[in-house]
Amino acid sequence: MIKFLLMVNQQGQTRLSRYFEPVELNRRAAQEAAVVRCCLSRNKEQCSFVEYQDFKLVYRQYAALYVVVGVSHTENELSIFELIQNFVEVLDRYFSRVRLNQIMFHLDSVHIILDEMIQNGHIVETNKNRILAPLTAINKMADG
Amino acid sequence: MSDVVEKTLTALPSLLSLDSQPGSAKLSTNSKLGSLIRGITELTSKHEEEKLIQRELSSIKEQVSSPNTTMRQMKELMVRTIYCEMLGYEATFSYIHAIKLAQQGNVLEKRVGYLAVSLFLNESHELLLLLVNTVLKDLQSTNLIEVCMALTVVSQMFPKDMIPAILPLVEEKLNHSKEIIRRKAVLALYKFYLIAPNQVQHIHNRFRKALCDKDPGVMSASLHIYLQLIQENPESYKDLTASFVTILKQVVAGKLPMDFNYHSVPAPWLQIQLLRILSLLGKSDQSTSEVMYEILDESLRRAEMNHNITYAILYECVKCIYTIHPKSELLEKAAKVIGNFVLSQRINLKYLGLKALTYVVHQDPRLALQHQMTIIECLDHPDVIIKRETLELLFRITNDQNVTVIVEKMLDFMSINKEDHTTADLVGKVAELAEKYAPDNEWFVETMNTVFSVGGDTLQPDIPNSFLKLLSEGFDDEEENKKLRLFAVNSYISLLQGEPSKLPQRFLQAICWVLGEYSHLREDVEPDLVLRLLVKLLNIKSTSSETKSWILMAMTKLCSGGAPLSVPLEVSETYSSSMDTMLRQRAQELQYLSQNPELQARVLPRGVSQEPMEVDSSLSFLDGFVSEALAAGAAPYKPPHQRQEELSRSKALSLEPYGLSLPISMSSCSIADRQSPTLLSVSSGLSGDRTDHSHKGGSTTLKLDGVRRVWGKEGYLAQRESAEETAPVEAPSPLQPLVQQGDGDASYSQTPTPIPECEQEKQQLASSLFVGLASQSSVCLMGKSEQTSQRFRRKLKDPAASFPSSTQNPLVSPPSSVGHLLLDSSISSDLISSPEQTHLSSVDLTVANGEVELPDRDMKGIKSTLLREDSALAAGSSPHEELDRPKDSCLTSHLPAELSGLPHSEITPLCTSPSLDLSSCHVQKDDSLVLLVFMKSSSDYDIQQIQVQVTCEELEVSCVCDSPVEELKSHGVVVCQYFLTVKSPSVYFVLSGMMSHQIPDNSLQETQFSHRIPLTSFLRPLRLSTEEYGTMWLAFSHDTKQNLPLMMDAEEPLTATLKVLKDKLQLHVVEIIGNEGIVACCLRQDQPCLLHCRVHAGMLAVWLRSPIPELPDCLLYHCQRALQES
Repeated sequence: MIKFLLMVNQQGQTRLSRYFEPVELNRRAAQEAAVVRCCLSRNKEQCSFVEYQDFKLVYRQYAALYVVVGVSHTENELSIFELIQNFVEVLDRYFSRVRLNQIMFHLDSVHIILDEMIQNGHIVETNKNRILAPLTAINKMADG
Repeated sequence: MSDVVEKTLTALPSLLSLDSQPGSAKLSTNSKLGSLIRGITELTSKHEEEKLIQRELSSIKEQVSSPNTTMRQMKELMVRTIYCEMLGYEATFSYIHAIKLAQQGNVLEKRVGYLAVSLFLNESHELLLLLVNTVLKDLQSTNLIEVCMALTVVSQMFPKDMIPAILPLVEEKLNHSKEIIRRKAVLALYKFYLIAPNQVQHIHNRFRKALCDKDPGVMSASLHIYLQLIQENPESYKDLTASFVTILKQVVAGKLPMDFNYHSVPAPWLQIQLLRILSLLGKSDQSTSEVMYEILDESLRRAEMNHNITYAILYECVKCIYTIHPKSELLEKAAKVIGNFVLSQRINLKYLGLKALTYVVHQDPRLALQHQMTIIECLDHPDVIIKRETLELLFRITNDQNVTVIVEKMLDFMSINKEDHTTADLVGKVAELAEKYAPDNEWFVETMNTVFSVGGDTLQPDIPNSFLKLLSEGFDDEEENKKLRLFAVNSYISLLQGEPSKLPQRFLQAICWVLGEYSHLREDVEPDLVLRLLVKLLNIKSTSSETKSWILMAMTKLCSGGAPLSVPLEVSETYSSSMDTMLRQRAQELQYLSQNPELQARVLPRGVSQEPMEVDSSLSFLDGFVSEALAAGAAPYKPPHQRQEELSRSKALSLEPYGLSLPISMSSCSIADRQSPTLLSVSSGLSGDRTDHSHKGGSTTLKLDGVRRVWGKEGYLAQRESAEETAPVEAPSPLQPLVQQGDGDASYSQTPTPIPECEQEKQQLASSLFVGLASQSSVCLMGKSEQTSQRFRRKLKDPAASFPSSTQNPLVSPPSSVGHLLLDSSISSDLISSPEQTHLSSVDLTVANGEVELPDRDMKGIKSTLLREDSALAAGSSPHEELDRPKDSCLTSHLPAELSGLPHSEITPLCTSPSLDLSSCHVQKDDSLVLLVFMKSSSDYDIQQIQVQVTCEELEVSCVCDSPVEELKSHGVVVCQYFLTVKSPSVYFVLSGMMSHQIPDNSLQETQFSHRIPLTSFLRPLRLSTEEYGTMWLAFSHDTKQNLPLMMDAEEPLTATLKVLKDKLQLHVVEIIGNEGIVACCLRQDQPCLLHCRVHAGMLAVWLRSPIPELPDCLLYHCQRALQES
């Protein structure tokens, strides 16, 4: 089960957060800060999986961007690790070479992409064409 | 994937840097979101951020409520609001506008509206109801994109109660020509299944169709549903195993379109999902497992590529192979994979390898032996998560020979770990190991001391409880008990003589209890010394008032030993005026009991342990008090769930009529109470106090029932039993334990430093860690693992050898099989009601007993209307006996042909008019109840235009023919049929009717009547399996508990009683195990009610649960009637 997905920069500022299990709004900021601290404090030689409270964090770094996913103990961490890569590759295709700024300025598009990939904490689609199909169609209609 | 490829991939989004790019600069100046983000990024303090966001939010608030804002601007505003909420600033004002945007926007705006709704609202938010209409509209849209987004939002969140409104539309989409619509429809149904499984029960065959869909996307969407279904009930889906295997075969062989590949691995996440399903299906089922051996072998072979994702698949494969019925060939290959993982230089793989090893080690301890040196290296790994995972592994292989080393490793880890969660978890594990495998008293008490000190106040409350229980209940060997207690006393006295202020409160409480109970065992210590130590503790500022009560209780016990009275008197004087009522109470007790040795001896007898205390859980001795209070005008007790419901109702205007109060008269009911009296023993003397105290901390004593018992006659290891079955156990030679014990101890003492520096030390550590995993040698097991086959779990040792395994205490029974009747231990812990509840419910029941009485007439009514299958025309007494009965029997012949074979109630007169007699009966069909109204003309002329209307608030009444009966011949009979279904349950349904007909002079004559049908006529047996029952039980929220009379004279009271219920009320008895039985029934398919019956103190404790609020109470009433009558 995927509990949440975060995108943060190296300063620990949240760029995108998505929760698949309800967490109260006022608790989120504190939890995100703790989660980010947990990941930022680790070096490249260390494992990409960390224990945090009663769940696990799987994180992956892309230059200045960290993608952190909170999962339950029963989840296959390595498959989530690769899911992050898949997600970034999808973004890369959509924005044709993704930059951190684009993620920030197109918050809505990134969320819509996530909607296609993860629902209720489960991976529902990993085929890049199919993930992007609805969003591209919407954009075409809006433009035309 | 080679490292080179991986580097390229990581470099691919390398432009993801924060540095402003030429393109982004343009972007950010153009949009307001851009400037907001920019503004925030530049800020340095949290305070500034807060100010900026508040300003932003108020500007947004102004704009969204302005009528001039276009939908396009609204979309922009919503994205900004999403950003603000993401930073943790609530923007509740915008929620309604998000819904509006989803309603009114064009495509992109609508999508953002839906997105905002799904981000802002949680599933229980009431605004979500406003979305239902929009979703309905979009589902019917001709624009596929709109249909798509409606389905997307539905599969994320939807109000449970509104599912029926859109279910047909979603179902229809399953046949859509576009795969994306079909896929999203399946995902929406999955969501429905998650939140309301009963609502989609009827479309399970649709899921099968989705599984066979020609599009792989639709098929893989259906797997989510199947994984869930199979988790809940694997037995029902065994027939699909071959299908899943075929699908996996095709995926592995690369038959899917290319775009499903990820780094040239075909649909890896789909493979993982399928492997999970297969492992659930093959678990302890040989024939099903055999179907999948080939594909598992194939998967192992195919996943050769060096890429993370293939490793992820391999890991899942290995888990599956070790979960299903074992096949040695596959196990060997899987073991090799695990070996590769563990030995890998890549740390993520190493982690996964350890995790896999932990998962399989109870099946194959040899594997741990093979990798013992790697494991020891991992124990000193610089990465804390690797260490942690290794400890988890060691925890699984602990036995009574390596326990000291492993526990030491765990305690070492705790001393450097700062994270509360991990500490709490590890402390629990250490305590568990200590209780299970402790080699001697000294070690046990000292380890528990560390557990208490390190665990501090984050300690799970059941740890001190079970520790004290263990001390008090002891073992068969009285001498050994005494030694253990004495050792604990010694240890605690010296701790208190040190610096007790540093000890956590929970530890102090345990210390106080032990000293109070057992310090007399140490004859050389004057009670006065102990008392002074306790007084010292009392005077420490940081001592909590809860701990102070424990101290006072300990003092009370100590005084009986004839100690000088000055100290306790002084103390009790100080605290008898305390603000804390509990402390005051304790002080009073101390004062009184210390001056009254006779009473003291009676209240706190010493040395008579293990006598289970009889507890009157119904608190019947309070009945007098309660009735007095009621007589004085006190409000009768209402159970918490009822209070809560009323509270929530009172918030809104109640539009419903007041429900009828349940007429329950019972002389002997008490609340169902699960707490076993054996949990409380006289010796503790403060059993009541312990319960009290634990209530503050969240009912700890009560929790014990749900918590796994570590002690049992058969030893522990309940969850490892399955491993035992699958592999042969080589019986250890009786001499071995002692020899190995010695070795283990020796090597332990030789390695006082926890971090072995040289290879030799590592080997020594290995031999002490992995001792007992193999039967051959305990010194060095390297390279010999192949010959070893002994399981790490060994038989119980000689009682004298070590105390924990010597327990054969009759009081500590292994978890009773009865408790498992309800499948989930959480249920049994729920079953326990707290003493307050018990007390208060007896109040309630007495009221019912005293005040509410059923009118006599009603009793008769029930008798006559209760349906009996065997005698369709029961000749019981009828409330309308004054009417001539012979009429009825002739009416029987007028029963409609299609209903004549079904059981029907006796025909009772409804009303008579000068020219017409009305009678009625009801007929039970499988899914509904049919009310028949017989109209018999008693006049000599034909009657025109007869119309009979029947209504009932709680029932849905539909007439077969709505048109009036045109003409009734003289002395003829006409029958009208009405289908009745329950809208809201009630004990009796009173139908009111109106009959009108024309009399010859063309004037209209009207007659009113009423007819009563008991709830029992609507009850149908609900045939369930025990598993289904368990799942449903958890899902239902409305419950009622009550004690009912048991048929004591029968040979098997429970079976006999349930049979009466079954026969009279048409309930379905699901299963009877021991003194518990589970029963199910329903009104319609979606109105079930579950009963859990347990024999308790000569009564039948019944616990009812249902999704319908009123149903349990109503059904309970009828159960009681049925049992009283028989």
